[in-house]
Amino acid sequence: MCTVCGCGQASVEGKAVGEHDHHHHHHHDHDHDHDHDHDHDHDHGHDHDHVHDADHAHEHDHGHVHTHAHAHAHGEEVHSHDHDHGHDHGHGHDHGHDHVHTHDHDHDHDHDHVQDHDHDHVVVAEGSRHYGGGIAGVHVPGLSQDRIVKIERDILSKNDRLARDNRRALAEKGIFALNFVSSPGSGKTTLLCRAITDLKTRFAISVIEGDQQTSNDADRIRATGVPAIQVNTGKGCHLDASMVGHALGDLDLAENSLLFIENVGNLVCPAAFDLGEAHKVAVLSVTEGEDKPLKYPDMFAAADLMLLNKSDLLPHLDFDVAACIEAARKVNPRLEVITLSARSGEGMEAFYAWVETRAKLAARAH
Amino acid sequence: MHEMSLMESVLEIVEDEARRAGASSVRTVRLVIGELSHVEPEAMAFCFEAVTRDTVADGAKLEIERTPGRGWCLDCAEEVGLSERFGACPKCGGHKVQMTGGDELRVAELEVE
Repeated sequence: MCTVCGCGQASVEGKAVGEHDHHHHHHHDHDHDHDHDHDHDHDHGHDHDHVHDADHAHEHDHGHVHTHAHAHAHGEEVHSHDHDHGHDHGHGHDHGHDHVHTHDHDHDHDHDHVQDHDHDHVVVAEGSRHYGGGIAGVHVPGLSQDRIVKIERDILSKNDRLARDNRRALAEKGIFALNFVSSPGSGKTTLLCRAITDLKTRFAISVIEGDQQTSNDADRIRATGVPAIQVNTGKGCHLDASMVGHALGDLDLAENSLLFIENVGNLVCPAAFDLGEAHKVAVLSVTEGEDKPLKYPDMFAAADLMLLNKSDLLPHLDFDVAACIEAARKVNPRLEVITLSARSGEGMEAFYAWVETRAKLAARAH
Repeated sequence: MHEMSLMESVLEIVEDEARRAGASSVRTVRLVIGELSHVEPEAMAFCFEAVTRDTVADGAKLEIERTPGRGWCLDCAEEVGLSERFGACPKCGGHKVQMTGGDELRVAELEVE
């Protein structure tokens, strides 16, 4: 499942990708004739993170915090009770076979009991209740006090954390990973098939294929003889670090191998999502127009290498290669560019040399 | 659009922080979105209501603070304002400008009860 992404269900070749996220929300409203209002809010947040590596590390996060607030108003008398229960359980187990269990419990219960014997105005909206109209209105002191919670958390922090985990896991095995991004139809899959055919005698290679639907691309990659995992993002417009992390678990990656990740064909969204790769490689075909880097600057700014593909078609087009490279360097002065054709093979050796130099640096020495 | 994905992440942070603060509901969510970040605040606001329905932040108000784009011009050797992520220096017109601010994307604070 795409956890950063609300865009829909993702699956790895029919198999659901699970992050264990459970949210239970119970809401009970009781209204009695004698004007008692009970409001119970239960919020249970359970977060499970299972990370299996060579050492098997398990982390469970159960959040339980109990907060009870009772307020009774009898005519002139006002009773206010506030209960706060915090539970924190930490268990550390260490077995001979290296299992680590960590349990954190945080329960969040919120009970608001308001007994009102006067005629008060309680606005009951769907799923929420407003007493006395807020700060300026009349409300029982000690209850529903507005508070400001300072957070300052990066919106992409979860994806970035998972990407760091992926990057670390890849580095430990000396794997050189590239994230190929482009618009649909730029020739990414054809380019990968050709590169795999030419490079597979020099490196072990695995591929993660991202598409909204179908396993057509993974099938094409597998026909070259290397393992490929298809990730279908459903309605999702990009791969995220969580999907790649799950796919890494499914692929048995060889040490010092190459990992090619073919992102969903989309020149916008994949720019924002770090997957843990060494470099983003933007593929642009000469049939697309030389101003693409200016129209979609984020992607070309995020990439380290641009492959200008389908160069065999240049004689038939008005495409200005120099203008295209100039446009790309405007948004990213450090961008490296290789003009090539996956069909004719022209320029492919320059790309292989680029890969080989960097893969050797990433490889673990023995 | 990835604004929906980003809003899902915002909600995750909001639910997490509201739980931690023992809050029963969230009244206001304040985001900081830099002028040079790759999201549209209008699209974020559009997604907010859909994503927060039936959650602790149901009915909450979304406030978005914009931070201006800033860059360091290598030729002028000073900080300049940037209106586009890859725009030219407003002083010398050159493109040797390194973005130094304005691409923020974060949840700044919540107002809870």
